[in-house]
Amino acid sequence: MTTDLTPRPPATRRAGRGGFLATLRAEWTKFRTVRGWVLAVAAAVLVTIAVGLLGTAAPGPGGPGTGPVAYPKGPGGEAVNDNFYLVHKELTGDGGLTVALRSLTGVADTGIGEAPTEGAQPWAKAGIIMKESLTQGSPYAAVMATGGHGVRMQADFTRDTAGPSGAVAEDAARWLRLVRSGDRLTGYASADGSRWTEIDSVELPGLPRTVRAGFFAASPQAMQDTAAGTGFGPAVATGVFGAPDLAGDWSGGAWSGTQVGGDAGTSGSYSGTTRGGFTQAGDGFTVTGAGDIAPVVGGPVMGGGYSVENFLVGTFAGLVVLIAVGTAFITGEYRTGLLRTTVTAIPSRGRVLGAKALVVGGVAFAVGMAAAAITLPIGERGALGRGFRVFPVTSATELRVVVGTGLLCATVAVLALGVGTLLRRSATAVALVVASIVLPFLLATSGVLPPGASEWLLRVTPAAGFAVQQTLPYYAQVLSVYEPATGYYPLAPWVGFSVLLGYAALAFGLAVVRLRGRDV
Amino acid sequence: MSLLNSARTAGRTDGAGRGGFVMALRAEWTKLRTAGGAGWLCLLAVALTVGVGCGTARAVRCPDAGCGQDAVRLAMTGVTVGQAVVAVLAVLVVSGEYGTGMIRTTLTAVPNRLAVLGAKATVVTTVVLASGTVAVLASLLAARHILPGNGFTEAHGYAPLSLADGPTLRAAVGSVLYLGLIAGLGLGVATAVREAGTAIGIVLGLLYLFPVVGQVVNDPEWQDQLQRIAPMTAGLAVQATVDLPGMPIGPWEGLGVLAAWTTAALLVGGLLLRRRDA
Repeated sequence: MTTDLTPRPPATRRAGRGGFLATLRAEWTKFRTVRGWVLAVAAAVLVTIAVGLLGTAAPGPGGPGTGPVAYPKGPGGEAVNDNFYLVHKELTGDGGLTVALRSLTGVADTGIGEAPTEGAQPWAKAGIIMKESLTQGSPYAAVMATGGHGVRMQADFTRDTAGPSGAVAEDAARWLRLVRSGDRLTGYASADGSRWTEIDSVELPGLPRTVRAGFFAASPQAMQDTAAGTGFGPAVATGVFGAPDLAGDWSGGAWSGTQVGGDAGTSGSYSGTTRGGFTQAGDGFTVTGAGDIAPVVGGPVMGGGYSVENFLVGTFAGLVVLIAVGTAFITGEYRTGLLRTTVTAIPSRGRVLGAKALVVGGVAFAVGMAAAAITLPIGERGALGRGFRVFPVTSATELRVVVGTGLLCATVAVLALGVGTLLRRSATAVALVVASIVLPFLLATSGVLPPGASEWLLRVTPAAGFAVQQTLPYYAQVLSVYEPATGYYPLAPWVGFSVLLGYAALAFGLAVVRLRGRDV
Repeated sequence: MSLLNSARTAGRTDGAGRGGFVMALRAEWTKLRTAGGAGWLCLLAVALTVGVGCGTARAVRCPDAGCGQDAVRLAMTGVTVGQAVVAVLAVLVVSGEYGTGMIRTTLTAVPNRLAVLGAKATVVTTVVLASGTVAVLASLLAARHILPGNGFTEAHGYAPLSLADGPTLRAAVGSVLYLGLIAGLGLGVATAVREAGTAIGIVLGLLYLFPVVGQVVNDPEWQDQLQRIAPMTAGLAVQATVDLPGMPIGPWEGLGVLAAWTTAALLVGGLLLRRRDA
């Protein structure tokens, strides 16, 4: 460092001695002594919290005082739908269940006054299951045929393995087999009942000796795509099973039928004329049910509920304030001429801008993180109290959202600083940054544009950074509307954030070049 | 205006009283014409409005009859973007003078501060209305050529866009007026807060934050209420041509809400301008 500095004239050497830390201190002093900026920072925190809480303050679906409702949680802590019609007995110890599924049909209501549509939904399910208990969210493994995705083995809600493809039909029955050996459950499928293929084998640690096992049917709601949007209607699935072949220690007596979860959950529903049930004909069963055994995802199938990012809608308001501050941090110096003093004191202009970025970015990071950390618990508690479901997330995800919101604010503030340096005019700089962040988001989520164009907008504009707040999960085995309008960003959280980071880095880099190359 | 003039003392020698409002108008027009990038901003507003409108018209498809799209509104989607530039222009007309200290000269030359604000408002609004007319007409014309190719055909229930159609004409005129009111809003806010960055932040915040918050409000009644009071969503109701009864607010009432916001901003701005030191 010192060898580099020796050729410099005395005036600059003095600045060099203090180095970057002195510059940083100078910039920090400038920032904290302007009362307007300090007030603005406090205002940024407040509006982020206030807008977030007010935006999600609507009265609950059942009015006040209905008490908290929650999504059932699966073994992994994720929100699940665990609603299906089950015909069951108890199985103690090792054993197995083999049955032929002769048909899988379904009926869906497509609208008032229209005849119901025949046919099973793509993810309508009928098959055999072994489950810890009838409690929602308890561990399970199941082998099933689906309406449009062949035979599958699923376990513990998120695990999904494809078996033989092809639909069940009159002349193409599917034989399903589920075998328990200790904690290991293995699923098999066969087209003729004699040659079996193993689909998958799962370990369910801690599964009790006695489990519920039997036949089930479930159907998520029917999704209809129309040009005016996506609609969902009630749908049921019916599975016709042959005579079961039981191995192991099964409880005696008759089979009993239960709608697990009491109703069809948030992703399924019964119409006025359909309900779950089963009939026993000869040795076989016919089981009808609605609902789903699957993780909850965003979109209409989520039901009346909030996801974590909903509470952070105030981030937009906070960002507008931070953008104004970030821009003013440099344009203010241009306007008053302070910048000439600044670059006389610290001739390394890149260092000045770096210190400014660090100060304004650091402040914005603190604003974003503090606001998110305060808003989330208050918002969640309030929403639960008003009878809304809140989409549960793991602590790691929540931490990512809180830190991500801080980084989002910091990056946008640095972007504003860079654009402010380039344009020198605060009005144009603020307008440009606000518009480039808020407008694409608005256009993409308002539903005006088709999904393709919306996703493109959230890929290439700085608004991509909001992906860092997304907590809604995507599962291929659950049909929903995975679009920006329902809270799904086209890019993964940190990928989307890095798009924004790229813009900020570009603006900052150009700003350094411009500041170095031009008179102030 | 005559009220303002008659209230003046007759013996004024500074010239402000005599020429009055017309002189102030000429002064503001000269400033707008010669200083800053007002012309460029107008061009940018037109280009963005038309460009975004074209992009939207190209992206949206209507595969069958009853796709429920509002072709007129689609054509003028660009107004949501163009208004940001209009706001910048309006804010700069006031804040630019505070930034350079020019405002002190202006107020010395024309001591009647409300006349200054009135002149600024007249000049800026006129310029914005003119650019807005160009932008809206160009958007409609472009969409008229693009939309039929995307399924907005007679067979699907969409006649070619034409100003001879009552609702389309109302949407077009309303959109131009909308942009004029946005300019007034920007002017009022800028007069009240003076600093350019803060002013534009407040204006864009007012415009864009309501619809963003509306995304998470899941109570239909609250959502309607929000759309009724928000300057942008209520104001842009004037562009709607389909499903009018289903809208939370009627077209002209919506524009009236924006007009109320603009009036309030100008009143506060005017009051502060009179009361405060420049």
